[in-house]
Amino acid sequence: MRSRRARREAWLGYALLAPSLLLFGLVYLYPVVYSAYISLFQWDLITPKRYVGLANYGELISDEFREVITNTAQYSAGVVVLALGFGLILALLLNNRSRASAALQAAIFTSYIVSWVAVSLLWIWMLDPQYGLVTFLLRQVGLPAVNWLGDPYVALWTLVLVTVWKTIGYPMVIYLAGLQAIPTDFHEAAALDGATGWNHFRFITWPLLTPTTLFLLITLTIASFQGFDIVKIMTQGGPITSTVIYVYYIYEQAFQYFKLGKASAAVVIFFVLILLLTLGQWVLLRRRVQYTV
Amino acid sequence: MTSANPFIRWLTLAALAVVATVEVFPYVWMMATSLKDLASVTQFPPTLVPRPPQWDNYAKAWSSGPFLRYFVNNAIQTAGILVSQLVLGCLAAFAFSKLRFPGRDACFLVVIACLIVPPQVRFVPLYLLFSHLGLINTYTALILPYAVSALGTFLIREAFMQVSDDIVDAARVDGAGVFTLIFRVMVPMVRPTIIAFSLFSVVYHWNDFFWPLVMTTNDAVRTLPVGVAMLREEGTGARWHIIMAGSMFVVAPVLAVFVVAQRHIIRAFTFASLK
Repeated sequence: MRSRRARREAWLGYALLAPSLLLFGLVYLYPVVYSAYISLFQWDLITPKRYVGLANYGELISDEFREVITNTAQYSAGVVVLALGFGLILALLLNNRSRASAALQAAIFTSYIVSWVAVSLLWIWMLDPQYGLVTFLLRQVGLPAVNWLGDPYVALWTLVLVTVWKTIGYPMVIYLAGLQAIPTDFHEAAALDGATGWNHFRFITWPLLTPTTLFLLITLTIASFQGFDIVKIMTQGGPITSTVIYVYYIYEQAFQYFKLGKASAAVVIFFVLILLLTLGQWVLLRRRVQYTV
Repeated sequence: MTSANPFIRWLTLAALAVVATVEVFPYVWMMATSLKDLASVTQFPPTLVPRPPQWDNYAKAWSSGPFLRYFVNNAIQTAGILVSQLVLGCLAAFAFSKLRFPGRDACFLVVIACLIVPPQVRFVPLYLLFSHLGLINTYTALILPYAVSALGTFLIREAFMQVSDDIVDAARVDGAGVFTLIFRVMVPMVRPTIIAFSLFSVVYHWNDFFWPLVMTTNDAVRTLPVGVAMLREEGTGARWHIIMAGSMFVVAPVLAVFVVAQRHIIRAFTFASLK
């Protein structure tokens, strides 16, 4: 009797999982395997694909790809450092229960859920070299005009600033949650010992926020690696190739140059990077120090 | 951090005022621009208040492309993905949390593995698959790749695990079928999770530009974000009043949801990460 019931439960389980697992296989796992396979071929979608071994990966060891890596690293580093820093400062300033602070938190977070398309268009307009508001304001205070999107040395950093402007609400909210999890006794004890504001931060807040900081460090890095919309809309990789970051490069190789094998090789490397970062996150956070009283 | 030192308190307030201006004013500028006429868009120095407000900029933007179609396509895409993710997620989550059978944990590992495969890894191979099957420019190409959500399945499973087994057993004794049990008994008990995940999914896919850009080459199933981005390409010169009005088509619905469900949204976009 019991085994019959167990068998029925098992069948029910498989039946309920089947549609999900089939789809996970088709739209998540198959693409990874198929990318690895296609990365061994030369293929332009028109002529039949030709096996080339690891030549596509060899082709990626080039100045062109090195520039993409440099651009991506600069974009990511800029976004992560600024978002972490400003996110923490905002969280510290807004860590109180007043209504004004709640309203400001909501206002800042809004940008995080507004579409990248709208944000990118808005900032092209704000930074317009002729009629843009930023251009006007800089001129008003006598600062030289900056060619925000037209100067190859500046454009990538403009994208960094716009990204931070849009996503800052996320680290702020995560840091606020981290701050609110710090028991007040720690600060009270420190105050009894005569600690000043900076020492509170240096010896209590900052160390206790370590898990939050590590978590944000990795999630923000992964998110910035995935950047695409802002490049596609604001610069299309230009001027020259100064803002071609990783995913935009894959997109260009696949859909503008129709080098599907090379694009797939880049996809495989991208997947490995994301995998390593995620595993790093799990290891770091599993091992995180427990602060209990 | 509140400080007793009035100088520091004053400095804090000043810093917050600057932040508020920098973060919020660009949206005010967006609104203002969307109501100006061409002459005042290119006027120097610029003015803030459009006089008189040009409400027909919105009509002009709306009719400068098949925007009704984009809007409907966007809604179909977003709703299709949400319904599928919720239904399949609930079924799988029930199996993972309330049934015991061989291979269950191995299957769950598959879901966890999918959690780390982002769309940027999937778009090239899925484009090739869909173009081979003649499915580019169809709803299938927009919806199917997101029809299951690893995150959703994971979150609903966590929530279902909190539902006591006694309730499940009682419902079964009462003769409830498995679908009744999942959708009439379990789902109402985990409403906060369902709401939070739904908001996340809807906002993400309503705004999504990347996927529809790759999977569409004509207007048949093209969605709003792609249509709005195209306003700039087809325009000549500084039609910024029209482009800003068009941007509002994507922004306004999200803002409306945010105003109504602000707390839920902030939680939805952060609670997955706080697990």
